[in-house]
Amino acid sequence: MNDEKLIFEKSKKGRKAVSLSGVDVERKDIEKFIPSSSLRKTPLGLPEVTEPDLVRHFVRLSQKNMCVDTNFYPLGSCTMKYNPKVNETLASLPEFCNLHPYQPTSTFQGILHILYETGKMLEEISGMDKVSLQPAAGAHGELTSMLMIRAFFEDKKEKRDKILIPDSAHGTNPASSSLAGFKVIKINSNQEGEVDLNHLYKNVDDEVACIMLTVPNTLGLFERNIPDISRIIHSKGGLVYLDGANLNALVGITRPGDFGVDIMHFNLHKTFSTPHGGGGPGSGPVGVKEKLIPYLPVPTIEKNESGYYLDYQRPKSIGKVRSFYGNIEVVVKAFCYLKILGKDGLKEVSKNAILAANYIRKKLENHYPSPYKGICMHECVLSAKNKREEKGVRALDIAKRLIDFNIHPPTIYFPLIVEEALMIEPTETESKETLDAFIDALLQIAKEIEENPSSLKEAPHFTPVSRIDEIKANRFPRVKWEKKM
Amino acid sequence: MNLPYIPHTEEDKKRMLEEIGVKSIEELITVPEEIRLRSDLNLPSGISEMELRKELRKLSRQNISMEDYVSFLGGGTYDHFIPAVVEHIASRSEFYTPYTPYQPEVSQGTLQAIFEYQTLICNLFRMDVSNASMYDGATSLAEAALMACRIRKGDKFLVAKTLHPEYYKVLLTYLKPSGIKILQIPYSEEGISDLNFLKDKMDDKVIGVIIQNPNFFGCIEKTEDIEKIVHKYGSLYIVSCDPLSLGTLSPPGEYNADIAVAEGQSLGNPPYLGGGCFGIFTSRKEFLRQMPGRIVGEAQDKEGKRGFVLILQTREQHIKRERATSNICTNQALNALKACVYLCSMGEEGLKKIAMLCMKNSHYLKEKIENLPGYLSPFSAPFFKEFVIKTSTSPEKINQKLLEAKIFGGLDLGRFYPELKNHLLFCVTEKRTKEEMDRLVSILGDIR
Repeated sequence: MNDEKLIFEKSKKGRKAVSLSGVDVERKDIEKFIPSSSLRKTPLGLPEVTEPDLVRHFVRLSQKNMCVDTNFYPLGSCTMKYNPKVNETLASLPEFCNLHPYQPTSTFQGILHILYETGKMLEEISGMDKVSLQPAAGAHGELTSMLMIRAFFEDKKEKRDKILIPDSAHGTNPASSSLAGFKVIKINSNQEGEVDLNHLYKNVDDEVACIMLTVPNTLGLFERNIPDISRIIHSKGGLVYLDGANLNALVGITRPGDFGVDIMHFNLHKTFSTPHGGGGPGSGPVGVKEKLIPYLPVPTIEKNESGYYLDYQRPKSIGKVRSFYGNIEVVVKAFCYLKILGKDGLKEVSKNAILAANYIRKKLENHYPSPYKGICMHECVLSAKNKREEKGVRALDIAKRLIDFNIHPPTIYFPLIVEEALMIEPTETESKETLDAFIDALLQIAKEIEENPSSLKEAPHFTPVSRIDEIKANRFPRVKWEKKM
Repeated sequence: MNLPYIPHTEEDKKRMLEEIGVKSIEELITVPEEIRLRSDLNLPSGISEMELRKELRKLSRQNISMEDYVSFLGGGTYDHFIPAVVEHIASRSEFYTPYTPYQPEVSQGTLQAIFEYQTLICNLFRMDVSNASMYDGATSLAEAALMACRIRKGDKFLVAKTLHPEYYKVLLTYLKPSGIKILQIPYSEEGISDLNFLKDKMDDKVIGVIIQNPNFFGCIEKTEDIEKIVHKYGSLYIVSCDPLSLGTLSPPGEYNADIAVAEGQSLGNPPYLGGGCFGIFTSRKEFLRQMPGRIVGEAQDKEGKRGFVLILQTREQHIKRERATSNICTNQALNALKACVYLCSMGEEGLKKIAMLCMKNSHYLKEKIENLPGYLSPFSAPFFKEFVIKTSTSPEKINQKLLEAKIFGGLDLGRFYPELKNHLLFCVTEKRTKEEMDRLVSILGDIR
């Protein structure tokens, strides 16, 4: 594929991509309004291109991406399921897009209905008592939750500054905890890949504010001891937080609210099919049990006889975690998804996700053996440790070689507790043919590793760029284009 | 049953289960019996696409949008013109269905677009470095404060009372765990930050001074004077601004800001009830390694060909965990892409013109309103596209009358500032016509 110049390198003075109306009010000199010291002195530095040039540029760029709509994208922990098109169409209706947050609430009852009902559906799916849709992403939901936990204990005049986090957790868990001012205590996993209860017992005391658990965990395993873990934590007065990143394994099968979880976040951009956008916008709603409701961020969406309204009168609230009310467009898409699937459809989602992950696991686990064996849930973690030790081929090389088979690589080197990890999440929306093609590709790669391991270092072969020199890019960061003098 | 997105036939399932060596999916579910859900979820059954379209169309009609009514609302979300090309590019699935570009070989589209976005933002702001985006303007500002705490020791921030009140609240939420104090800088009779107060309260313990320009009242702050005061004490100068205003107003880099942030919605993103947002985050280059969020850098591949890649990931949560510069992972990449296409579409002249139109329109309207009996302009400072009007009638009554005439009137400032009861904040963008403004003025004139 040809190299695509930067848009700045295509700019030519005098070209225009947009036609704007003129001024229809009396013309006045701008200097009359604004002192010259407040006016811009330097050029804006924006490119000048025509609309056809602009379109061709960005369409060509788009063609350099792999995405869910072009390729199998089994990126573990990211739930790259199909993004239904009707959701996109309906979320872009002008009566949704062109609403101002400070309009009177009587003029956006339709969208408030969607927000309210989405919250209710999430409450039913999770077994939680109330949901806030405000957080903009999963990590933002975590931070919101940690701040609520803080406020909860401050209110009870209990000094608790420790958060327990298993070593298999996503990096956002410890990062969110420390952002909220907590001290992170790492809990080991046992040989089965689940929380080591002995290590947990040793660390539970009355300074523990909560345990953050991902269920199923990042190995794709359900924490079978979770009822006990909840009991232990609760017996010491602590709370149980659930990182909902892996909720795609649980919908209709079990509810966090029924196994002791007090507070959790959802990822609408994972479980509920809204597209990832190349890194956002996402949406990370937070669900809580009764006792934590007073601490939810303002405003909450409530309903009375005259309709839906925004409630700011919440004295114990942690306050605001963002401007306005949430990534509304994402919520509208998730609402559409929930409506189309309904109760029966939702149940099939998780079952089929579990089926697909186990099919892949079973077909590949002897070739890429992981230290944690056995039935998994919605994702499986394999390992290339034997390949590295025997043939010098790393998970990274396997990932890059997969690209040659037109497959997006799985998550690699995560979870950290598995060496040379390949974390594979196929989701329920991929057909058996697609799964078979992926399995065949990895079997073929295993064969190549046996026969000609060094060839993998050259992969990928047919991409717009080959492997990037990341060391140099990090040592001498160039984060913007500058005109060569 | 409605399963439009699950492809497996009964035969497929049977064969997959055989390969796995189990008889049913049930055998694969390792959830302990005691916590299995044994009844159906209490949710409605699924509906068809046709039914869904009907329902959503019905719900959409229960909203009145700024396309139906004429809007003079601002305050952080704005009704600006968006060229069609922006939505067309952003609705390409190659842009909206991938994940964060972790694999550069198959993500050059997203990576180059972000690199171009970073360049556009740096140029527009005259700042050295920009990240790939944050959630919104408010969290961007809160993260700027947290970053300032990593750069400079101290015990407090001085924050303009003319900062967006919602941003101020978010700042309080984010800073609470740190115990760092926040002191508000009152506004003067001109409607801008009181510099005497600022001078008075500055000391070596001030980590940073946070202002908004144009401020929440639309007024242009004395950014150069503030800079001198802030830097005299070695504090960090943190500015939140309206990126669109930079088409004509002096950008943060020109007045020596250390960290500059913004809500990016006005650049090509629909308002979406305040959800069409993304945070812009820029700083001086010496703070690059303290920045939160994703950053794309230029690089070379094995053949020496130019490419782009996520850099400085060792700052981030997936590597640094509890010692990361921020917990942010997913940001607002698609919104930033829209801003990128918008800025390229506007070009050098287009954005200048838009900013100029906003300014001329707003000045026209303000003059008309303040000439009406019962309406006063309380603040004398120069302004951009928003201005405050003091009314003799209650804002509720005024806005109700306007609503009846299919106009969204100004924002009632009493909601945020108890001392500003009977004050409205009007916003005028390039989309407002003389006819619309004259209609507003005529109705205001009739209200007694």
